[in-house]
Amino acid sequence: MTRTRPAQSCLALALALLCLFAAPLSAQDSIQQVLQEHREVIEKSSRKTIGAAVDAIAESGLPQAQKVLEVWQNKDMWQREGDGLFFRGEEIDRDTVRLFDFDSGEDLGEFPDDDLDQLKPNSGIRAMIGAALVRFQLADPNPAKRREALDAIARDAEPSHLKALAGSIEDEPDPAIRAAKERMLRLLTISYGETDAARVEAIRSFKGDLGVDVRGALNPVLTSRIVLADAPPEGNVAREITPGGSQLTVAAAHEMMVSAGMAPNQPSRDERKSVLLENIAEGRVGGIPVAELGSEEARDRAYAALAAAGIVPAFTPGYSEEEAVQQAGFYEVYDEPSQAVTDAAQETLTSIRTTVGMNQALDLTLDALSLASIYFLAAIGLAITFGVMGVINMAHGEFIMMGAYTGYVVQQIVPDYTLSIILAIPLAFAVTFAAGVAMERLVIRWLYNRPLETLLATFGISIALQQIAKNIFGTQARPLTSPDWLDGALVINDVVGISYIRIAIFGLALIFLAIYLWIMNRTRLGLETRAVTQSARMAGSMGINPDRVNMLTFGLGSGIAGIAGVAIGLYAKVTSELGQDYIVQSFMTVVVGGVGNVWGTLAGATLIGFLQKGIEWFNPSNTLAAQTYMILFIILFIQFRPKGIVALRGRAAEA
Amino acid sequence: MSVSDPQAGFAQAITRPRHRPFILRNPSVGVFLICLALFTLGVTVLSEDYGLGLISTSFVKTLGKTLCLCLVAIAMDLVWGYCGILSLGHFAFFGLGGYMIGMWLMYARTELIVAASMAEAPIPPTPAEITDAIGSQIFGVVGASDFPVVWMFADSFVLQMLLILAVPGLLALIFGWLAFRSRVTGVYLSILTQAMTLALSLYLFQNDSGLRGNNGLSGLQNLPGVQAPQSLVSIWFLWGSALALALGYLLVAWVVSGKFGSVIRGIRDDEARVRFLGYSVEGYKLFVFTLTAVIAGIAGALYYPQAGIINPAEIAPIASIYLAVWVAIGGRGRIYGAVIGAAFVSLVSTWFTGGQAPSVDLGFYRIDWVDWWLVVLGLAFVLVTLFAPKGIGGLVDLLTWRRHPDRHGADLGPDQGSLREEEAET
Amino acid sequence: MSTLLEVSGVSVSFDGFKAINNLSFRIGPAELRAIIGPNGAGKTTFMDIVTGKTRPDEGRVIWGERSVSLLRMSESRIAQEGIGRKFQRPTVFEDQSVHDNLLMALKKPRGPFAVLFYRPESPDEARVEELAAEIGLEAALPRKAGELSHGQKQWLEIGMLLAQEPKLLLVDEPAAGMTLSEREHTTDILRRAAETRAVVVVEHDMEFVRRLDCKVTVLHEGSVLAEGTLDHVTQNRQVIDVYLGR
Repeated sequence: MTRTRPAQSCLALALALLCLFAAPLSAQDSIQQVLQEHREVIEKSSRKTIGAAVDAIAESGLPQAQKVLEVWQNKDMWQREGDGLFFRGEEIDRDTVRLFDFDSGEDLGEFPDDDLDQLKPNSGIRAMIGAALVRFQLADPNPAKRREALDAIARDAEPSHLKALAGSIEDEPDPAIRAAKERMLRLLTISYGETDAARVEAIRSFKGDLGVDVRGALNPVLTSRIVLADAPPEGNVAREITPGGSQLTVAAAHEMMVSAGMAPNQPSRDERKSVLLENIAEGRVGGIPVAELGSEEARDRAYAALAAAGIVPAFTPGYSEEEAVQQAGFYEVYDEPSQAVTDAAQETLTSIRTTVGMNQALDLTLDALSLASIYFLAAIGLAITFGVMGVINMAHGEFIMMGAYTGYVVQQIVPDYTLSIILAIPLAFAVTFAAGVAMERLVIRWLYNRPLETLLATFGISIALQQIAKNIFGTQARPLTSPDWLDGALVINDVVGISYIRIAIFGLALIFLAIYLWIMNRTRLGLETRAVTQSARMAGSMGINPDRVNMLTFGLGSGIAGIAGVAIGLYAKVTSELGQDYIVQSFMTVVVGGVGNVWGTLAGATLIGFLQKGIEWFNPSNTLAAQTYMILFIILFIQFRPKGIVALRGRAAEA
Repeated sequence: MSVSDPQAGFAQAITRPRHRPFILRNPSVGVFLICLALFTLGVTVLSEDYGLGLISTSFVKTLGKTLCLCLVAIAMDLVWGYCGILSLGHFAFFGLGGYMIGMWLMYARTELIVAASMAEAPIPPTPAEITDAIGSQIFGVVGASDFPVVWMFADSFVLQMLLILAVPGLLALIFGWLAFRSRVTGVYLSILTQAMTLALSLYLFQNDSGLRGNNGLSGLQNLPGVQAPQSLVSIWFLWGSALALALGYLLVAWVVSGKFGSVIRGIRDDEARVRFLGYSVEGYKLFVFTLTAVIAGIAGALYYPQAGIINPAEIAPIASIYLAVWVAIGGRGRIYGAVIGAAFVSLVSTWFTGGQAPSVDLGFYRIDWVDWWLVVLGLAFVLVTLFAPKGIGGLVDLLTWRRHPDRHGADLGPDQGSLREEEAET
Repeated sequence: MSTLLEVSGVSVSFDGFKAINNLSFRIGPAELRAIIGPNGAGKTTFMDIVTGKTRPDEGRVIWGERSVSLLRMSESRIAQEGIGRKFQRPTVFEDQSVHDNLLMALKKPRGPFAVLFYRPESPDEARVEELAAEIGLEAALPRKAGELSHGQKQWLEIGMLLAQEPKLLLVDEPAAGMTLSEREHTTDILRRAAETRAVVVVEHDMEFVRRLDCKVTVLHEGSVLAEGTLDHVTQNRQVIDVYLGR
């Protein structure tokens, strides 16, 4: 330092006084001094040696230390070539830099950069600086910064964090962050705890914890290697291994024995073949004509002849690697030396697995419920047209598709997603209601009591509607975007979570169930529908117009399909084949549940939803297989309950 | 007392129809066989290699495939038009037949190719090496090289040909036994057969199904060891298909002509009544279902070598629905109706979707038949169901001026079974 | 008197409604019996149980000399055992000729393969003509059954039953919708049939029952109310109550 300003010395004095009371007294009172002490290392900027400088700054106890480290990390530290002093610099333009003093923070004015060097630490050094910064951030007055620091530790833990973290807990004012810090401390203790007892205690404290971070901390404790030895080797032995499983294949075990010199190296079939190829001489190998080498046995003989002549390594036909590996012992040895720690880790992992399993079952249940609600939504319209009226409508799936496309078109016109969904639902109902009524008037009413004919005619309509949709909207999938408030998921813990859209569909399914029950049991239309279904002639003679009732009921069923289409469109892609994907499952739902009873449809949807998710759970990679097996199950199920889960018996069933 | 009937004398004169030979009792069989023979002869004479060269090889293949579709339509007519089971699974049996022959064709041809390429190796290959090479050649596309169990018999021509009969037959037998035993009838049965078809096609779509997933089996048009050009092979297959169709027609006509035909039509019209007559309805249905599945399998085995490729999309449920559409448009409950329907609809479909049909310009919109044909077909099908339940075959009744149409109660639809109200009754 | 069919203690209920309640009934090998009763008395359900269409909740149905139970048999098996049934509505195969209808009903092997290779021989044709004569339809043999009048269809159905050569005939309201002369003819057919086999006739029409001149069983609310000659049961106090209402 060439000159000392009064203000600066005053500040230094004040800081020194402050330090005297607030923090342990440090040897230096100026950060520049610390920097100068490690000047060479800092200038050299090598990852191997820089640690001392970073530590010295961090442990200087000076309040400026954090700022210096941050500046350094952000490549804003400049060094003046003339005197080697370090400053914070701001580039004004290409040639000019404004410098600030670290200790006082004073603006020193603008300087040309000819005399200045910018320090550019590489990423490795920046990470080290970052790790050193963590201790400051843990005590940062801003809670967000403290949380960031915890996240940084979680990403990249280091032994040094343990102490810093422990020191910061006591002064932590925010209870939530304090809890997080304590949890992190225990996590760090698992890996870096000083005594085994402390580590075991930390490990045990996580029993049943679902956090991914816990498993992330425990798994490294349990890393192991396989050792070939006659007797249990030194170290923390986990278990003896019999070769042949997925952990150690026979081939790998034999390989280990060969490299240890405990077993002869047997040339493989391909190796032997290439040896034979190399040793063809005058149309013969080992005295055997080439033309005869079309069998494994002849090749073995030729190879044996070559081996006997000492040309190639020996080979024993019929040598069994299985038998060879039986002769040796294989042990799994933990990398972690302390058995108490590995035992505790195993125990805790087992308990976590149990908890995870239970939570996965819960998650699966939620998934299955949401799938069941989708099937229920797709099928409830059918429960009316097929279940109550006995009309089989193969174009039902296409009504679902029409509903979904209605939603898409509305979104093209009304850009606000919330508003467009609210508009789309009644519009979809109106469109498919109209389509249903038109279909009933034009086609279905001529075919009452002729179910097979109805099935065929509605096939025709289904084919035509699908192709029309393809012609209008093209073959690629159209998006139906859900409003923001339906995005995201309700996360209960690291295992259990359910998206809001699925919750909404579940709610919608419940609403539809209520609406269905209300219409069928509490309204005039429901009464008339039930009357017409049981005996159209009788109902007609009592002043009910069966034509009108059939028309309205069919329209209602179709309209509900349209609303289901909007809901399904939010969840799946809208294509012209959307309906086709659901139609078989929808019919299955109604048939399995029992025709003519909405509770049956509910039971059917639940059964199919749970079944499909259950099968997927056994074989998660293959949804195609899950669907195959589900359909097979349903075919078998109908063997035992031909009338479905909720069966009507007696005369009512035959009406 | 006596029942006076003004027609008594006349009726007495024309009674005893049963003692005449089969072919005289069923004149349509003779007419059909003659038409088929003339058709086959005509195509042969007009083909490239055997005659005038007026018909291209690809069109010969289309015609040969159409004959196979007619055969599966006959099977569909027997099971639906005569026995009243609206099966939406017969195209699955058709596809299975195709897969069975495809396995042999692919194996045998790959074996020849592999043998040829290995013949140049310095030392002769071992049997295991040949099998491995064939395996990786066939299954490389799905990332496997080992032969799945289902290919067990693919190296044996005789066994694999038997599988063409056995696999569809067994599947139909098991499925039919389960379904008929629990008295699933009517639309329920239709939906169940559709579910079976869907399950089968989804299963085949998987890569680990052992049948190359959605790649299917390909290169089936090349007969192993046959050097003849496709223009010749196509004619051979046309002959084979025509022969199979003729035999199938004769078989089905024979089955429905006698008392068996009476019983299954009885089952179609009133299942319960047949049961109370002492016939085990389930056994008859199972017999018809299985027999028609086998016929469908044979038709598929002849179809796919002409098509050249088979994949799971071929047996999607929609294909079986089209089969029902053909039979309904042709007129079910009469065998020639099924043939007419399958031939007419499939050829017209080929014409429209092949892009040959001229587009119609409406000024504001241009109707491109490739896009709009299915709409027309769907709506035509609705119209046929509503207004012409007897289909095209119904025209024959008009042409021959029959006093009594083939069917009674035509105004109610083609058959009584379609009037049944109690579908789920057990 | 030996017993052909014995029904004892049979009950069946649909959704809590007892259609048949502890019903017991027996009939001999060559007997004509009329069953009467008001609507809902369980007459049709009784037939459903005997022919295997409905499974009772409890009770026994014992058949024939070997005393086998009918409860575990399928409808077709019961029919093969020798129980024929005529439904209320005439159910003949309208799409097929009278000849084919009768031929189908003839007592012959019923298995699919036997039927597939079956070709009618002269005795079968003779039997068909004989049956047609018995029901007065010999002139209508080649006609479609759908073209027959209502009464003729009823006879054709009875003819088909006779062709089955059953030991027991269950006939549900054979005279419904018939003219007077047609009724007389029907009575003749049934009485002749009852000479060689058991015939059970369910009927509403008292005049028709009187003409049958046989033992009468009165059903009410699923069980037997009275049994005896028509005159005997019509004088029964309970029967009068049931028919006229209390």
